[in-house]
Amino acid sequence: MSQAQQAEHAQTLIEVRGLGKMFTLHNQGGIRLPVLQSVDFEAARGECLVLSGRSGTGKSTLLRCLYGNYLATKGSIRLRDTSAEGAPWVELTNAPEQRVLRLRRDVIGYVSQFLRAIPRVGALDVVAEPLQQRGVDRNVARARAAALLERLNLPRRLWELPPATFSGGEQQRVNIARGLIGGHPILLLDEPTASLDADNRAVVIALIREALAEGRCLIGIFHDEAVRDAVATRLLPLQPATAIA
Amino acid sequence: MSATPLLSVRGLTRTWDGVHGCHDVSFDLYPGEVLCIVGESGSGKSTLLQALSMQAPAQRGTVSYDMCESGLTDLATLSSARLRLLARTDWGFVHQHARDGLRMQVSAGANIAERLMAVGQRHYGELREIAGAWLEKMEIDLARLDDTPHAFSGGMQQRLQIARNLVTHPRLVFMDEPTASLDVSVQARLLDLLRRLVSDLDLAAILVTHDLAVARLLAHRTLVMQGGRVVEQGLTDQILDDPQHPYTQLLVSSILQG
Repeated sequence: MSQAQQAEHAQTLIEVRGLGKMFTLHNQGGIRLPVLQSVDFEAARGECLVLSGRSGTGKSTLLRCLYGNYLATKGSIRLRDTSAEGAPWVELTNAPEQRVLRLRRDVIGYVSQFLRAIPRVGALDVVAEPLQQRGVDRNVARARAAALLERLNLPRRLWELPPATFSGGEQQRVNIARGLIGGHPILLLDEPTASLDADNRAVVIALIREALAEGRCLIGIFHDEAVRDAVATRLLPLQPATAIA
Repeated sequence: MSATPLLSVRGLTRTWDGVHGCHDVSFDLYPGEVLCIVGESGSGKSTLLQALSMQAPAQRGTVSYDMCESGLTDLATLSSARLRLLARTDWGFVHQHARDGLRMQVSAGANIAERLMAVGQRHYGELREIAGAWLEKMEIDLARLDDTPHAFSGGMQQRLQIARNLVTHPRLVFMDEPTASLDVSVQARLLDLLRRLVSDLDLAAILVTHDLAVARLLAHRTLVMQGGRVVEQGLTDQILDDPQHPYTQLLVSSILQG
C-alpha cells in the first residue's frame, strides 16, 4: 500500500458488514421482529452520514447497535480505537464489556433523543461529566461546559439546576452539549434538533460543522430536511426488513 | 479500569438446603466498577452477596480477590483472622436496614471511627476530626457528631452506615438493597451521594437491588438472577434496553412509565 492509501485508509473510523438485528419477544408468544437486515457501510473522519428511510426502518435501532446498548444479531461492527497506540480495529459485537465501556469513554459518543436526567445533578455538571470521566479537572470541564451552554443559549440561571424540570428544548440542548463536549471521534446523533427553535437549530448546525472540520465522524438521524441538507455529506438509505419465517 | 480483576468468581454455589440460594455464578469485577445484581425476592441475590463477602462461604466454586501482597487469591485459603482484617479495611458492607450495620447505642462519631480504631488508630482528636469530615461529606450536620443513631432519620442512618464503611477507604463495597427501606424522596439523595462517592473514591461496588432504576443510575454492569441462577449479564443499558432472556424481558416490561 502507498503512503497516500494508508493515510486514506486510516481515516475510516467505523466499518459495518452484514449487520442484522432481530428482536425476539419471549413474553408475546416468541414473536420475532426483524428490524435490520444486512446493513453495510463505512464512515470516515470528516463525514456526516445521515440515516434515511421511513419511520420503522430501524434508524434508531442501528444507532443503538453501534453504541452497543442493542446487541447485533448478525454481522460485524468494527471501530477504530483511536485512544490506543496505532488505532487498532476493535470488533464491537464480541468485545468484552470493559472494552466497550472504554470505547464509550474515549471513542464513541451518543446523543439520544431524550436526556436521562440524574436527580440533584445540575445542568453544568451533567454536561461536564464526560470530560471529567476522562480525567479532565472539574473546573476546566465546567468551564468548557459553560462555553457550550452559552453558545446553545441556555439561560445562565438554569446552569446549576437539575434539568429534570427543563423544557424539552432546554433538555435537548443540555443533551447535545453533553454529547459534543467529550470530543469523541465517532458521534451518534438521534434527532438532535427535533425540539429546537430555528435559532438554536442554526447553532447545532454550526456545532456539527465544526465537529466535522475537526475530523470527527458523525452518524445521525435528522428528520428536518433543512438540517439534513446543511450537515449531511452522505445518505445511508435503510430498507424495511422483510418478515422471515 | 485495569486489566486485572479485583474480584473473580467461578462456579460459585451456596445453598441453604440444597435448593434455595445461588448456583454456579461466575463473573469478574474490575477496580472502580459498579455491578448490580437484580432479580425478584427469593432469586438468590442476597445469598450471592453473602457468599461473595464470605459471610456464608461457598460450597462449590471459588471467590478470588486481588490482595495487595499476593495478587488474585482464593479467599477460601485465607485464615479467619486475615479475612476479618480484609472485611473491615479493604471491604465495606452496607445493610438494607441501617440498624443492622450500625451500633445504635454509641455516638455517630464513634460509629465512624470504629474501623480506624480497629486498625490501631488511637489519637482521639484525629479520629474526631476524620469522623466529622465524613459526617459533612454525608451531608449530616457536624453538630450531630455526638448523637446516637437512634436520634437520626432513616436516610441519615443509612448515610451514617455508609460513612462508617468508607472511612478506611475500602476498594470494594457490598450493598444489600441500600435504598429499599427509604422513602422515595430520600432515595434520590442517597443515590446521588453513592454515585459521587463511587466515582470520587474509585470504589468498586456490588449492589443488590430489585429496582432497575437504581441499576440504570449506578451500575456499569448488571447481572440478572432468577431461581438462584444468573440468567443474563451485560452492560446495564444493554440489559435494560435490549433484554434477551424471557425473565429479563418480563422484568423490564414491568417498569411503570413515569
